[in-house]
Amino acid sequence: MIQALAFYLFASVVIASAVMVIMARNPVHSVLWLILAFFNAAGLMVLVGAEFIAMLLVIVYVGAVAVLFLFVVMMLDIDFAAMRAGFIRNFPLGILIAAILLAELMLAVGAYGAGGIELGQTDGSAATPVGASNIEAIGALLYGRYILLFEIAGIILLVAMIGAIVLTHREPKPGARGRQDIGKQIARRPEEATVMKQPTVGEGVEL
Amino acid sequence: MTPFFQSLGLPYEWAWTIATVLGIVIISLLVMLAVAMVIYVDRKVLGAIMLRRGPNVVGPFGLLQSFADGLKVFLQETIIPSAANKGIFLLAPIITFTVALAAWAVIPFDAGMVMADINVGLLYILAISSLGVYGVVMSGWASNSKYPFFSAMRAAAQMISYEVSIGFVLVCVVLFVGSFNMSEIVMSQKGFGLGLINAHLVHPLLFPMFVVFFISALAETARAPFDLTEAESELVAGYQTEYSSMAFALFWLGEYANILLMCSLCTLLFFGGWLPPLELPFLYWVPGIVWFLLKTFLFFFMFSWIWATVPRYRYDQLMRLGWKVFLPMSLVFVALVSGYLMAIGHFAK
Repeated sequence: MIQALAFYLFASVVIASAVMVIMARNPVHSVLWLILAFFNAAGLMVLVGAEFIAMLLVIVYVGAVAVLFLFVVMMLDIDFAAMRAGFIRNFPLGILIAAILLAELMLAVGAYGAGGIELGQTDGSAATPVGASNIEAIGALLYGRYILLFEIAGIILLVAMIGAIVLTHREPKPGARGRQDIGKQIARRPEEATVMKQPTVGEGVEL
Repeated sequence: MTPFFQSLGLPYEWAWTIATVLGIVIISLLVMLAVAMVIYVDRKVLGAIMLRRGPNVVGPFGLLQSFADGLKVFLQETIIPSAANKGIFLLAPIITFTVALAAWAVIPFDAGMVMADINVGLLYILAISSLGVYGVVMSGWASNSKYPFFSAMRAAAQMISYEVSIGFVLVCVVLFVGSFNMSEIVMSQKGFGLGLINAHLVHPLLFPMFVVFFISALAETARAPFDLTEAESELVAGYQTEYSSMAFALFWLGEYANILLMCSLCTLLFFGGWLPPLELPFLYWVPGIVWFLLKTFLFFFMFSWIWATVPRYRYDQLMRLGWKVFLPMSLVFVALVSGYLMAIGHFAK
Protein backbone atom coordinates (compact mmCIF):
# COMPACT_ATOMS: atom_id res chain seq x y z
CA MET A 1 0.00 0.00 0.00
CA ILE A 2 2.79 2.39 0.91
CA GLN A 3 4.52 1.55 -2.37
CA ALA A 4 1.41 2.30 -4.40
CA LEU A 5 0.95 5.55 -2.49
CA ALA A 6 4.57 6.52 -3.12
CA PHE A 7 4.27 5.61 -6.80
CA TYR A 8 1.20 7.80 -7.35
CA LEU A 9 2.82 10.62 -5.39
CA PHE A 10 6.06 10.52 -7.40
CA ALA A 11 4.33 9.97 -10.74
CA SER A 12 1.83 12.78 -10.32
CA VAL A 13 4.53 15.18 -9.14
CA VAL A 14 6.69 14.25 -12.15
CA ILE A 15 3.84 14.98 -14.57
CA ALA A 16 2.75 18.14 -12.78
CA SER A 17 6.25 19.58 -12.63
CA ALA A 18 6.92 18.61 -16.25
CA VAL A 19 3.83 20.60 -17.21
CA MET A 20 5.03 23.48 -15.07
CA VAL A 21 8.41 23.45 -16.85
CA ILE A 22 6.71 24.65 -20.03
CA MET A 23 3.98 26.67 -18.33
CA ALA A 24 6.16 28.77 -16.04
CA ARG A 25 6.72 32.33 -17.24
CA ASN A 26 10.02 32.79 -15.48
CA PRO A 27 12.81 30.65 -17.00
CA VAL A 28 14.44 30.19 -13.59
CA HIS A 29 11.18 28.75 -12.28
CA SER A 30 11.16 26.43 -15.29
CA VAL A 31 14.58 25.06 -14.38
CA LEU A 32 13.52 24.59 -10.76
CA TRP A 33 10.44 22.66 -11.86
CA LEU A 34 12.68 20.56 -14.11
CA ILE A 35 14.85 19.74 -11.10
CA LEU A 36 11.76 18.67 -9.17
CA ALA A 37 10.81 16.41 -12.09
CA PHE A 38 14.30 14.82 -12.12
CA PHE A 39 14.16 14.25 -8.40
CA ASN A 40 10.79 12.55 -8.48
CA ALA A 41 11.86 10.43 -11.46
CA ALA A 42 14.70 9.21 -9.23
CA GLY A 43 12.04 8.33 -6.66
CA LEU A 44 10.25 6.20 -9.28
CA MET A 45 13.56 4.43 -10.03
CA VAL A 46 13.97 3.57 -6.35
CA LEU A 47 10.46 2.10 -6.36
CA VAL A 48 11.27 -0.32 -9.20
CA GLY A 49 14.42 -1.40 -7.34
CA ALA A 50 16.97 0.40 -9.53
CA GLU A 51 18.52 2.34 -6.66
CA PHE A 52 21.88 2.71 -8.40
CA ILE A 53 20.29 4.42 -11.42
CA ALA A 54 18.23 6.57 -9.09
CA MET A 55 21.28 7.80 -7.20
CA LEU A 56 23.16 8.44 -10.44
CA LEU A 57 20.20 10.41 -11.77
CA VAL A 58 20.30 12.66 -8.71
CA ILE A 59 24.11 13.00 -8.64
CA VAL A 60 24.59 13.65 -12.35
CA TYR A 61 21.43 15.45 -13.45
CA VAL A 62 20.26 17.21 -10.31
CA GLY A 63 23.67 17.70 -8.72
CA ALA A 64 25.71 18.79 -11.73
CA VAL A 65 23.84 19.31 -15.01
CA ALA A 66 20.89 21.19 -13.57
CA VAL A 67 23.17 23.36 -11.43
CA LEU A 68 24.95 24.51 -14.58
CA PHE A 69 21.57 24.99 -16.29
CA LEU A 70 20.42 27.17 -13.43
CA PHE A 71 23.76 28.95 -13.43
CA VAL A 72 23.38 29.94 -17.09
CA VAL A 73 19.67 30.75 -16.98
CA MET A 74 20.08 32.98 -13.92
CA MET A 75 22.74 35.04 -15.66
CA LEU A 76 20.68 35.52 -18.82
CA ASP A 77 19.07 38.90 -19.14
CA ILE A 78 15.78 37.88 -20.68
CA ASP A 79 13.47 40.39 -22.29
CA PHE A 80 10.00 38.89 -22.10
CA ALA A 81 8.49 41.25 -24.67
CA ALA A 82 11.11 40.21 -27.25
CA MET A 83 10.42 36.57 -26.46
CA ARG A 84 6.67 36.91 -27.07
CA ALA A 85 7.30 38.84 -30.28
CA GLY A 86 8.99 35.74 -31.72
CA PHE A 87 5.98 33.58 -30.89
CA ILE A 88 4.02 34.21 -34.11
CA ARG A 89 7.11 33.77 -36.25
CA ASN A 90 8.01 30.41 -34.67
CA PHE A 91 4.41 29.21 -34.48
CA PRO A 92 4.41 27.10 -37.75
CA LEU A 93 7.69 25.43 -36.77
CA GLY A 94 6.29 24.63 -33.34
CA ILE A 95 3.16 23.11 -34.84
CA LEU A 96 5.32 20.99 -37.18
CA ILE A 97 7.44 19.63 -34.33
CA ALA A 98 4.35 18.97 -32.23
CA ALA A 99 2.77 17.04 -35.14
CA ILE A 100 5.91 14.93 -35.63
CA LEU A 101 6.09 14.14 -31.92
CA LEU A 102 2.41 13.21 -31.85
CA ALA A 103 2.83 10.90 -34.86
CA GLU A 104 5.87 9.24 -33.26
CA LEU A 105 4.02 8.77 -29.98
CA MET A 106 1.08 7.14 -31.80
CA LEU A 107 3.50 4.89 -33.72
CA ALA A 108 5.19 3.94 -30.47
CA VAL A 109 1.88 3.08 -28.82
CA GLY A 110 0.88 1.03 -31.85
CA ALA A 111 4.22 -0.81 -31.89
CA TYR A 112 3.95 -1.49 -28.18
CA GLY A 113 0.53 -3.01 -28.72
CA ALA A 114 1.90 -5.21 -31.53
CA GLY A 115 4.43 -6.83 -29.20
CA GLY A 116 8.12 -6.51 -28.35
CA ILE A 117 10.83 -6.17 -30.97
CA GLU A 118 13.53 -8.85 -31.12
CA LEU A 119 16.86 -7.04 -31.09
CA GLY A 120 19.19 -9.95 -31.79
CA GLN A 121 19.29 -13.13 -29.73
CA THR A 122 19.47 -12.88 -25.96
CA ASP A 123 21.99 -15.21 -24.38
CA GLY A 124 20.54 -14.79 -20.92
CA SER A 125 23.59 -12.95 -19.63
CA ALA A 126 21.59 -9.76 -19.29
CA ALA A 127 19.43 -11.17 -16.53
CA THR A 128 20.39 -10.02 -13.03
CA PRO A 129 22.22 -12.88 -11.30
CA VAL A 130 20.52 -14.06 -8.14
CA GLY A 131 22.00 -12.54 -4.99
CA ALA A 132 24.02 -9.87 -6.80
CA SER A 133 23.37 -6.28 -5.78
CA ASN A 134 22.23 -3.67 -8.25
CA ILE A 135 25.70 -2.18 -8.65
CA GLU A 136 27.44 -5.54 -9.14
CA ALA A 137 24.93 -6.57 -11.80
CA ILE A 138 25.28 -3.31 -13.72
CA GLY A 139 29.07 -3.38 -13.39
CA ALA A 140 29.30 -6.96 -14.66
CA LEU A 141 27.14 -6.09 -17.68
CA LEU A 142 28.87 -2.81 -18.49
CA TYR A 143 32.39 -4.20 -18.21
CA GLY A 144 31.53 -7.58 -19.70
CA ARG A 145 28.88 -7.81 -22.36
CA TYR A 146 28.72 -4.12 -23.31
CA ILE A 147 32.39 -3.25 -22.83
CA LEU A 148 32.76 -2.05 -26.43
CA LEU A 149 29.73 0.26 -26.31
CA PHE A 150 30.79 1.50 -22.91
CA GLU A 151 34.29 2.33 -24.11
CA ILE A 152 32.95 4.03 -27.25
CA ALA A 153 30.67 6.20 -25.13
CA GLY A 154 33.66 7.06 -22.96
CA ILE A 155 35.78 8.02 -25.97
CA ILE A 156 32.99 10.20 -27.38
CA LEU A 157 32.67 12.01 -24.06
CA LEU A 158 36.44 12.47 -23.88
CA VAL A 159 36.52 13.92 -27.39
CA ALA A 160 33.66 16.27 -26.53
CA MET A 161 35.48 17.40 -23.40
CA ILE A 162 38.74 18.03 -25.24
CA GLY A 163 36.81 19.86 -27.96
CA ALA A 164 35.17 22.17 -25.42
CA ILE A 165 38.54 22.91 -23.81
CA VAL A 166 40.22 23.59 -27.16
CA LEU A 167 37.39 25.88 -28.28
CA THR A 168 37.50 28.03 -25.15
CA HIS A 169 41.22 27.94 -24.45
CA ARG A 170 43.06 31.18 -25.14
CA GLU A 171 46.81 31.33 -24.97
CA PRO A 172 47.78 34.53 -23.15
CA LYS A 173 50.00 36.92 -25.07
CA PRO A 174 53.65 36.57 -24.14
CA GLY A 175 54.55 39.15 -21.57
CA ALA A 176 50.90 39.93 -20.83
CA ARG A 177 50.25 41.49 -17.45
CA GLY A 178 48.27 39.76 -14.78
CA ARG A 179 49.80 36.40 -15.57
CA GLN A 180 50.28 34.44 -12.35
CA ASP A 181 52.84 31.76 -11.70
CA ILE A 182 51.64 29.98 -8.59
CA GLY A 183 55.02 28.34 -7.96
CA LYS A 184 56.73 31.71 -8.00
CA GLN A 185 54.12 33.17 -5.65
CA ILE A 186 54.54 30.38 -3.13
CA ALA A 187 58.34 30.39 -3.34
CA ARG A 188 58.52 34.10 -2.49
CA ARG A 189 60.00 34.87 0.93
CA PRO A 190 59.71 38.11 2.93
CA GLU A 191 63.46 38.78 2.49
CA GLU A 192 63.20 39.10 -1.30
CA ALA A 193 59.79 40.77 -1.34
CA THR A 194 60.52 43.62 1.06
CA VAL A 195 63.32 46.14 1.40
CA MET A 196 64.06 48.44 4.31
CA LYS A 197 64.69 52.08 3.35
CA GLN A 198 65.55 55.05 5.48
CA PRO A 199 64.17 58.04 3.55
CA THR A 200 65.70 61.37 4.41
CA VAL A 201 63.57 64.50 4.78
CA GLY A 202 62.58 66.13 1.51
CA GLU A 203 63.71 63.28 -0.74
CA GLY A 204 61.80 60.47 -2.42
CA VAL A 205 62.67 56.82 -2.25
CA GLU A 206 64.21 54.99 -5.20
CA LEU A 207 62.90 51.41 -5.48
CA MET B 1 11.75 -0.69 16.21
CA THR B 2 9.24 -2.31 13.84
CA PRO B 3 9.02 -5.58 15.87
CA PHE B 4 8.22 -3.55 19.01
CA PHE B 5 5.21 -1.89 17.40
CA GLN B 6 4.16 -5.22 15.91
CA SER B 7 4.19 -6.69 19.40
CA LEU B 8 1.66 -4.01 20.37
CA GLY B 9 -0.74 -5.67 17.92
CA LEU B 10 -0.31 -3.40 14.88
CA PRO B 11 -0.17 -4.85 11.35
CA TYR B 12 3.30 -4.85 9.76
CA GLU B 13 2.78 -1.87 7.45
CA TRP B 14 1.47 0.40 10.18
CA ALA B 15 4.18 -0.69 12.59
CA TRP B 16 6.82 0.00 9.92
CA THR B 17 5.39 3.44 9.15
CA ILE B 18 5.21 4.49 12.79
CA ALA B 19 8.70 3.13 13.52
CA THR B 20 10.16 4.97 10.51
CA VAL B 21 8.52 8.28 11.35
CA LEU B 22 9.62 7.95 14.96
CA GLY B 23 13.17 7.15 13.87
CA ILE B 24 13.26 10.21 11.62
CA VAL B 25 12.01 12.45 14.43
CA ILE B 26 14.54 11.06 16.92
CA ILE B 27 17.50 11.41 14.54
CA SER B 28 16.48 14.94 13.50
CA LEU B 29 16.13 16.03 17.12
CA LEU B 30 19.46 14.51 18.09
CA VAL B 31 21.21 16.10 15.11
CA MET B 32 19.67 19.47 16.02
CA LEU B 33 20.84 19.07 19.62
CA ALA B 34 24.31 18.14 18.39
CA VAL B 35 24.31 21.18 16.09
CA ALA B 36 23.39 23.47 19.00
CA MET B 37 26.22 22.06 21.11
CA VAL B 38 28.68 22.13 18.24
CA ILE B 39 28.01 25.82 17.53
CA TYR B 40 28.85 26.45 21.20
CA VAL B 41 32.04 24.34 20.87
CA ASP B 42 32.97 26.21 17.70
CA ARG B 43 32.70 29.57 19.45
CA LYS B 44 34.56 28.33 22.52
CA VAL B 45 37.45 26.93 20.44
CA LEU B 46 37.60 30.12 18.41
CA GLY B 47 37.61 32.15 21.63
CA ALA B 48 40.37 30.04 23.17
CA ILE B 49 42.59 30.38 20.11
CA MET B 50 42.01 34.15 20.00
CA LEU B 51 42.65 34.40 23.78
CA ARG B 52 39.04 35.41 24.47
CA ARG B 53 36.56 33.72 26.78
CA GLY B 54 33.90 32.94 24.19
CA PRO B 55 30.26 32.52 25.31
CA ASN B 56 30.20 32.20 29.12
CA VAL B 57 27.09 33.96 30.37
CA VAL B 58 24.00 31.87 29.58
CA GLY B 59 23.92 28.73 31.74
CA PRO B 60 26.95 26.98 33.26
CA PHE B 61 30.06 27.77 31.17
CA GLY B 62 27.74 29.40 28.64
CA LEU B 63 26.45 25.96 27.61
CA LEU B 64 22.95 27.25 26.86
CA GLN B 65 24.16 30.07 24.59
CA SER B 66 22.94 28.37 21.39
CA PHE B 67 19.45 27.89 22.82
CA ALA B 68 19.29 31.53 23.88
CA ASP B 69 20.34 32.56 20.39
CA GLY B 70 17.73 30.22 18.91
CA LEU B 71 14.99 31.76 21.05
CA LYS B 72 16.11 35.26 20.11
CA VAL B 73 16.08 34.46 16.40
CA PHE B 74 12.72 32.74 16.71
CA LEU B 75 11.13 35.88 18.14
CA GLN B 76 12.50 38.20 15.46
CA GLU B 77 10.54 39.47 12.50
CA THR B 78 11.05 37.81 9.12
CA ILE B 79 11.83 40.54 6.64
CA ILE B 80 11.29 39.82 2.95
CA PRO B 81 12.77 42.40 0.56
CA SER B 82 10.06 43.88 -1.64
CA ALA B 83 12.02 43.12 -4.83
CA ALA B 84 12.67 39.50 -3.83
CA ASN B 85 11.09 36.54 -5.55
CA LYS B 86 9.02 35.62 -2.51
CA GLY B 87 8.34 31.93 -3.04
CA ILE B 88 11.90 30.95 -3.89
CA PHE B 89 13.25 33.34 -1.26
CA LEU B 90 11.40 31.41 1.44
CA LEU B 91 11.96 27.99 -0.14
CA ALA B 92 15.77 28.30 -0.18
CA PRO B 93 16.47 28.06 3.58
CA ILE B 94 13.93 25.25 3.87
CA ILE B 95 15.76 23.27 1.18
CA THR B 96 19.15 23.85 2.82
CA PHE B 97 17.84 22.65 6.15
CA THR B 98 15.89 19.65 4.86
CA VAL B 99 18.73 18.39 2.71
CA ALA B 100 21.20 18.74 5.58
CA LEU B 101 18.99 16.54 7.75
CA ALA B 102 18.07 14.02 5.03
CA ALA B 103 21.66 12.85 4.59
CA TRP B 104 21.75 11.53 8.16
CA ALA B 105 19.40 8.68 7.22
CA VAL B 106 22.26 6.40 6.15
CA ILE B 107 24.85 7.30 8.82
CA PRO B 108 25.45 4.33 11.14
CA PHE B 109 26.04 5.60 14.70
CA ASP B 110 26.81 2.12 16.02
CA ALA B 111 26.60 -1.46 14.76
CA GLY B 112 23.05 -1.72 13.40
CA MET B 113 22.09 1.73 14.69
CA VAL B 114 21.17 3.20 11.32
CA MET B 115 17.92 4.53 9.93
CA ALA B 116 18.22 3.09 6.40
CA ASP B 117 20.89 0.42 5.87
CA ILE B 118 20.77 0.68 2.06
CA ASN B 119 23.23 -0.79 -0.44
CA VAL B 120 23.96 2.55 -2.07
CA GLY B 121 24.47 4.47 1.18
CA LEU B 122 27.58 6.30 0.03
CA LEU B 123 25.99 7.28 -3.29
CA TYR B 124 22.94 8.50 -1.39
CA ILE B 125 25.13 10.81 0.67
CA LEU B 126 26.86 12.06 -2.48
CA ALA B 127 23.46 12.68 -4.11
CA ILE B 128 21.99 14.49 -1.12
CA SER B 129 25.07 16.61 -0.49
CA SER B 130 25.06 17.70 -4.13
CA LEU B 131 21.55 19.07 -3.53
CA GLY B 132 22.82 21.39 -0.83
CA VAL B 133 24.02 23.91 -3.40
CA TYR B 134 20.43 24.65 -4.48
CA GLY B 135 19.63 26.36 -1.20
CA VAL B 136 22.53 28.75 -1.74
CA VAL B 137 21.92 29.34 -5.45
CA MET B 138 18.17 29.89 -5.02
CA SER B 139 18.60 32.27 -2.10
CA GLY B 140 21.23 34.23 -3.99
CA TRP B 141 19.02 34.65 -7.03
CA ALA B 142 15.74 35.23 -5.20
CA SER B 143 17.21 37.97 -3.00
CA ASN B 144 17.44 40.12 -6.14
CA SER B 145 20.51 41.81 -4.77
CA LYS B 146 24.06 41.93 -6.09
CA TYR B 147 26.16 40.49 -3.29
CA PRO B 148 23.95 37.46 -2.68
CA PHE B 149 23.98 36.81 -6.42
CA PHE B 150 27.77 36.86 -6.57
CA SER B 151 27.78 34.49 -3.65
CA ALA B 152 25.38 32.12 -5.41
CA MET B 153 27.58 32.03 -8.52
CA ARG B 154 30.63 31.32 -6.41
CA ALA B 155 28.85 28.58 -4.49
CA ALA B 156 27.67 26.81 -7.63
CA ALA B 157 31.15 26.74 -9.18
CA GLN B 158 32.88 25.84 -5.93
CA MET B 159 30.67 22.92 -4.98
CA ILE B 160 30.79 21.31 -8.42
CA SER B 161 34.59 21.59 -8.48
CA TYR B 162 35.11 19.82 -5.20
CA GLU B 163 32.40 17.22 -5.60
CA VAL B 164 34.34 15.65 -8.46
CA SER B 165 37.44 14.96 -6.37
CA ILE B 166 35.31 13.83 -3.41
CA GLY B 167 33.72 11.32 -5.79
CA PHE B 168 37.11 9.91 -6.79
CA VAL B 169 38.23 9.67 -3.15
CA LEU B 170 35.10 7.70 -2.41
CA VAL B 171 35.88 5.41 -5.36
CA CYS B 172 39.29 4.63 -3.78
CA VAL B 173 37.66 3.67 -0.49
CA VAL B 174 34.96 1.64 -2.22
CA LEU B 175 37.61 -0.26 -4.20
CA PHE B 176 39.16 -1.40 -0.91
CA VAL B 177 35.83 -2.28 0.68
CA GLY B 178 33.89 -3.64 -2.28
CA SER B 179 30.62 -2.11 -1.14
CA PHE B 180 28.76 1.20 -1.01
CA ASN B 181 27.04 0.22 2.23
CA MET B 182 28.17 2.46 5.12
CA SER B 183 28.12 -0.32 7.73
CA GLU B 184 30.21 -2.61 5.51
CA ILE B 185 32.69 0.21 4.93
CA VAL B 186 33.14 0.52 8.68
CA MET B 187 33.38 -3.21 9.29
CA SER B 188 36.05 -3.63 6.60
CA GLN B 189 38.31 -1.39 8.71
CA LYS B 190 38.32 -3.89 11.59
CA GLY B 191 41.98 -4.78 12.05
CA PHE B 192 42.83 -3.05 8.77
CA GLY B 193 46.28 -1.87 9.89
CA LEU B 194 48.38 -4.98 10.70
CA GLY B 195 45.42 -6.50 12.49
CA LEU B 196 45.77 -3.91 15.22
CA ILE B 197 44.53 -0.53 14.01
CA ASN B 198 40.88 -0.07 13.03
CA ALA B 199 41.22 2.65 10.41
CA HIS B 200 41.59 3.00 6.65
CA LEU B 201 43.76 6.00 7.40
CA VAL B 202 46.95 4.02 8.01
CA HIS B 203 47.20 2.67 4.47
CA PRO B 204 49.85 4.65 2.50
CA LEU B 205 47.53 4.77 -0.54
CA LEU B 206 44.53 5.94 1.46
CA PHE B 207 46.16 8.53 3.70
CA PRO B 208 46.69 11.09 0.87
CA MET B 209 43.09 10.47 -0.16
CA PHE B 210 42.00 11.23 3.38
CA VAL B 211 43.84 14.56 3.20
CA VAL B 212 42.15 15.37 -0.12
CA PHE B 213 38.78 14.37 1.33
CA PHE B 214 39.22 16.50 4.43
CA ILE B 215 40.22 19.61 2.47
CA SER B 216 37.44 19.03 -0.07
CA ALA B 217 35.02 18.66 2.84
CA LEU B 218 36.06 22.13 4.01
CA ALA B 219 35.36 23.48 0.53
CA GLU B 220 32.11 21.55 0.15
CA THR B 221 30.70 22.96 3.38
CA ALA B 222 32.08 26.43 2.52
CA ARG B 223 34.07 26.54 5.73
CA ALA B 224 37.17 28.71 6.22
CA PRO B 225 39.58 28.92 4.42
CA PHE B 226 37.14 28.30 1.55
CA ASP B 227 34.22 30.40 2.84
CA LEU B 228 34.14 32.56 -0.27
CA THR B 229 30.37 32.33 -0.49
CA GLU B 230 30.06 34.46 2.63
CA ALA B 231 33.34 36.32 2.55
CA GLU B 232 32.38 39.20 4.83
CA SER B 233 35.09 41.51 3.55
CA GLU B 234 33.84 41.24 -0.04
CA LEU B 235 30.19 40.16 -0.05
CA VAL B 236 28.72 41.44 3.28
CA ALA B 237 27.34 38.02 4.26
CA GLY B 238 26.98 36.46 0.83
CA TYR B 239 23.72 34.67 0.14
CA GLN B 240 22.53 35.27 3.73
CA THR B 241 22.67 39.06 3.41
CA GLU B 242 18.93 39.63 2.92
CA TYR B 243 17.79 37.00 5.39
CA SER B 244 16.65 37.56 8.92
CA SER B 245 15.02 35.68 11.76
CA MET B 246 14.21 31.96 11.35
CA ALA B 247 15.11 31.90 7.64
CA PHE B 248 18.62 32.99 8.60
CA ALA B 249 18.71 30.46 11.45
CA LEU B 250 17.72 27.64 9.08
CA PHE B 251 20.77 28.43 6.94
CA TRP B 252 22.98 28.29 10.00
CA LEU B 253 21.51 25.05 11.28
CA GLY B 254 21.78 23.46 7.85
CA GLU B 255 25.36 24.60 7.47
CA TYR B 256 26.44 23.14 10.80
CA ALA B 257 24.47 19.92 10.20
CA ASN B 258 26.42 19.61 6.93
CA ILE B 259 29.72 20.21 8.69
CA LEU B 260 28.88 17.53 11.25
CA LEU B 261 27.90 15.21 8.41
CA MET B 262 31.26 15.71 6.73
CA CYS B 263 33.04 15.08 10.06
CA SER B 264 31.12 11.87 10.55
CA LEU B 265 31.91 10.85 6.95
CA CYS B 266 35.63 11.30 7.68
CA THR B 267 35.09 9.09 10.72
CA LEU B 268 33.16 6.42 8.86
CA LEU B 269 35.31 6.25 5.74
CA PHE B 270 38.81 6.60 7.17
CA PHE B 271 38.76 6.47 10.95
CA GLY B 272 36.91 3.26 11.73
CA GLY B 273 33.45 4.64 12.54
CA TRP B 274 32.09 3.13 15.74
CA LEU B 275 35.03 0.71 16.13
CA PRO B 276 37.59 1.52 18.82
CA PRO B 277 40.84 2.91 17.38
CA LEU B 278 42.85 -0.19 18.33
CA GLU B 279 41.77 -3.80 18.02
CA LEU B 280 42.09 -4.55 21.75
CA PRO B 281 39.34 -6.42 23.65
CA PHE B 282 39.09 -4.03 26.60
CA LEU B 283 38.42 -1.08 24.28
CA TYR B 284 35.20 -2.78 23.19
CA TRP B 285 33.76 -2.15 26.66
CA VAL B 286 33.19 1.43 25.60
CA PRO B 287 29.95 1.59 23.57
CA GLY B 288 30.43 2.08 19.83
CA ILE B 289 28.43 5.29 19.69
CA VAL B 290 30.83 6.89 22.17
CA TRP B 291 33.77 6.13 19.87
CA PHE B 292 31.80 7.46 16.91
CA LEU B 293 30.96 10.72 18.67
CA LEU B 294 34.50 11.15 19.99
CA LYS B 295 36.02 10.73 16.53
CA THR B 296 33.44 13.01 14.90
CA PHE B 297 34.13 15.61 17.56
CA LEU B 298 37.87 15.32 16.90
CA PHE B 299 37.27 16.17 13.24
CA PHE B 300 34.96 19.01 14.19
CA PHE B 301 37.68 20.39 16.44
CA MET B 302 40.00 20.35 13.41
CA PHE B 303 37.37 22.26 11.43
CA SER B 304 37.19 25.06 14.00
CA TRP B 305 40.96 25.01 14.52
CA ILE B 306 41.40 25.63 10.79
CA TRP B 307 38.77 28.37 10.87
CA ALA B 308 40.73 30.20 13.56
CA THR B 309 44.18 29.84 12.03
CA VAL B 310 44.09 29.80 8.22
CA PRO B 311 43.50 32.93 6.08
CA ARG B 312 40.86 32.85 3.34
CA TYR B 313 41.77 31.62 -0.14
CA ARG B 314 41.51 33.83 -3.18
CA TYR B 315 38.83 32.60 -5.58
CA ASP B 316 41.17 31.68 -8.44
CA GLN B 317 43.39 29.79 -5.99
CA LEU B 318 40.35 27.84 -4.83
CA MET B 319 39.48 26.84 -8.39
CA ARG B 320 43.09 25.96 -9.14
CA LEU B 321 43.33 23.72 -6.09
CA GLY B 322 40.13 21.89 -7.03
CA TRP B 323 40.69 21.33 -10.73
CA LYS B 324 44.46 21.37 -11.17
CA VAL B 325 45.65 19.68 -7.98
CA PHE B 326 42.96 17.54 -6.39
CA LEU B 327 41.28 16.23 -9.53
CA PRO B 328 44.45 14.88 -11.25
CA MET B 329 45.78 13.63 -7.92
CA SER B 330 42.63 11.70 -7.02
CA LEU B 331 42.40 10.34 -10.59
CA VAL B 332 45.97 9.03 -10.36
CA PHE B 333 45.20 7.49 -6.99
CA VAL B 334 42.14 5.68 -8.37
CA ALA B 335 44.45 4.06 -10.94
CA LEU B 336 47.12 3.37 -8.30
CA VAL B 337 44.68 1.86 -5.82
CA SER B 338 43.02 -0.39 -8.40
CA GLY B 339 46.43 -1.45 -9.75
CA TYR B 340 47.67 -2.23 -6.26
CA LEU B 341 44.53 -4.19 -5.40
CA MET B 342 44.82 -6.20 -8.63
CA ALA B 343 48.50 -6.91 -7.88
CA ILE B 344 47.81 -8.29 -4.41
CA GLY B 345 44.83 -10.27 -5.73
CA HIS B 346 42.25 -8.38 -3.65
CA PHE B 347 39.43 -9.00 -6.14
CA ALA B 348 40.13 -12.70 -6.59
CA LYS B 349 38.39 -13.53 -3.30
